[in-house]
Amino acid sequence: MSENALEVEGLQKAFRVGAGNVVACNNVNFAIPPGGSMGLVGESGSGKSTIARMLVGLETPDAGTIHVRGRQLGTRERGRAARLRRAKEIQMVFQDPYGSLDRRLTVAQCLDQAMKLHGVTSGTSRASRVSGLLDQVGLLAKHGESKPHQLSGGQRQRVAIARCLAIEPSVMVLDEAVSALDVSVQAQILALLNEIRASSGIALLFVSHDLAVVSEVTDDVLVMYRGSVLEQGNTSQVLNHPEHSYTKLLLSSMPGPCWNPKAVMQRRAAFEAEVAT
Amino acid sequence: MSSLSTPTLASTPVIGRKKRDVAYLVSLGFLLLVVAAALLAPWVAPYAANAVDFTAIWQAPGAGHLLGTDQVGQDLFSRLIHGARESLLGPLALLALATVFGVTIGTVAAWNGGWIDVVLARITDVMFAFPGLLFVVLVIAVFGKGPATAIVALALAYAPVIAKFTRSLALAEMTRPYVDAYRVQGVGGAFLCVRYIIPNLTPPLLGYLVVLFGEGLMSLATLSFLGFGAQPPSSEWGLMVQEGQSGIIQGHIWPTLVPGAAIAAVVVAVNVVGVRLSDRLNSRFER
Repeated sequence: MSENALEVEGLQKAFRVGAGNVVACNNVNFAIPPGGSMGLVGESGSGKSTIARMLVGLETPDAGTIHVRGRQLGTRERGRAARLRRAKEIQMVFQDPYGSLDRRLTVAQCLDQAMKLHGVTSGTSRASRVSGLLDQVGLLAKHGESKPHQLSGGQRQRVAIARCLAIEPSVMVLDEAVSALDVSVQAQILALLNEIRASSGIALLFVSHDLAVVSEVTDDVLVMYRGSVLEQGNTSQVLNHPEHSYTKLLLSSMPGPCWNPKAVMQRRAAFEAEVAT
Repeated sequence: MSSLSTPTLASTPVIGRKKRDVAYLVSLGFLLLVVAAALLAPWVAPYAANAVDFTAIWQAPGAGHLLGTDQVGQDLFSRLIHGARESLLGPLALLALATVFGVTIGTVAAWNGGWIDVVLARITDVMFAFPGLLFVVLVIAVFGKGPATAIVALALAYAPVIAKFTRSLALAEMTRPYVDAYRVQGVGGAFLCVRYIIPNLTPPLLGYLVVLFGEGLMSLATLSFLGFGAQPPSSEWGLMVQEGQSGIIQGHIWPTLVPGAAIAAVVVAVNVVGVRLSDRLNSRFER
């Protein structure tokens, strides 16, 4: 097995909805090299979040394999050691910075408990690491004593990133991690992620519907529609010279100075008619 | 000087500031007073709980006996204070027991879902369908009367109620992304429930339990009144009402009225505090 940071082969998942099945992920293959960064784009319901949840073990794939640095991840971890090993390979930042932190714990407690869980037994070394992590994600020492509700959305997302870093994973999955933030804060968080990638070599998987975000932080990109990958390749190549009609549609749907929602809807209807035939 | 001024929190006028909640403060003060009296009973009470004085039977409230005396001349005020211990500790023990059962069952059902949830839901449904008092009397018929049996029997009747409430709270709590975040960190299910989810349920649960405390006090007093709970010579309040009722027909209402009023007052106060408390805790909880 190659030493890619993350390698996904033949990933498959369907959900039963009513009488029929909805395919959320249909034979998806991709790989991210160490320190690499990949974008997973597509509209709502295209299956990108399902892939993210399967990678971190919150959903069980129907078929396919996931390797992190050559080691295959189990489909359902049994026992504490296996759970912790998986967590050590791959971590996730969630979309909702308001809900993804435990509102009862201060930032320092949150980071401290993550490290304690992962075997950093010495209290003093945890404490020094907490201040190191806060510094790394651009928070001040005083923020360690704050509870989540005292922080802004951007600060909370920094905490969530620090919580991932505390576990020192090989891969970090960011599920719409900046979608809930306003544009200027988005830029700060993206810069932070680029910095972390450069300094730590953690590979990033960026799940997003926002093409601008993806073009900012990723090397490669995967375009998904209804569970299938339509186009994949180098990010600037795909976004500047899209080949698949869906990618073109997605690009032309982006809000901009000359954005025309009516035309977007018409193109979308034309595309769906094309898919149906 | 800049023409732009930034609005600050301090400069915004406070609109609709909450006025002092008199009912809450009075109720809380009253309850604290009752608890203090119960704790300090031997020092506060003017007479011993069972000091019989045949020269002063069935006295109305007055200077010598603050709340009057009963058919054997026992001071009602002193009996009330001494009885407060058993009357308050009973529902406390009952709730502690019911909470341990109920929260465990409710959390397990919410976390595991599937057949465990179905089985537990059926068990709680059966418990619900059975009239509480009837169930308790049945348990007492099997295991014999007495305060301990009454408490355990009532705890078994209350556990399903708490389990249902906990289950619905836990189900809502488990949809929050922080629970997924803990799982991604590698936290196991049992640890996650005990260490993180249940503590996060405490605020709404606590308000509910305070209200249930009032109900528990009433139920235990009822059982004592029926002769299934506290036994003489205890001065538990329900038992006091029962002992006093022989005098009503002769026009001596005080031995019944005094403990009855004490039960009512405590239950009302507990309810007021419970409702306000759950409002306050929930507004913090929702953040």
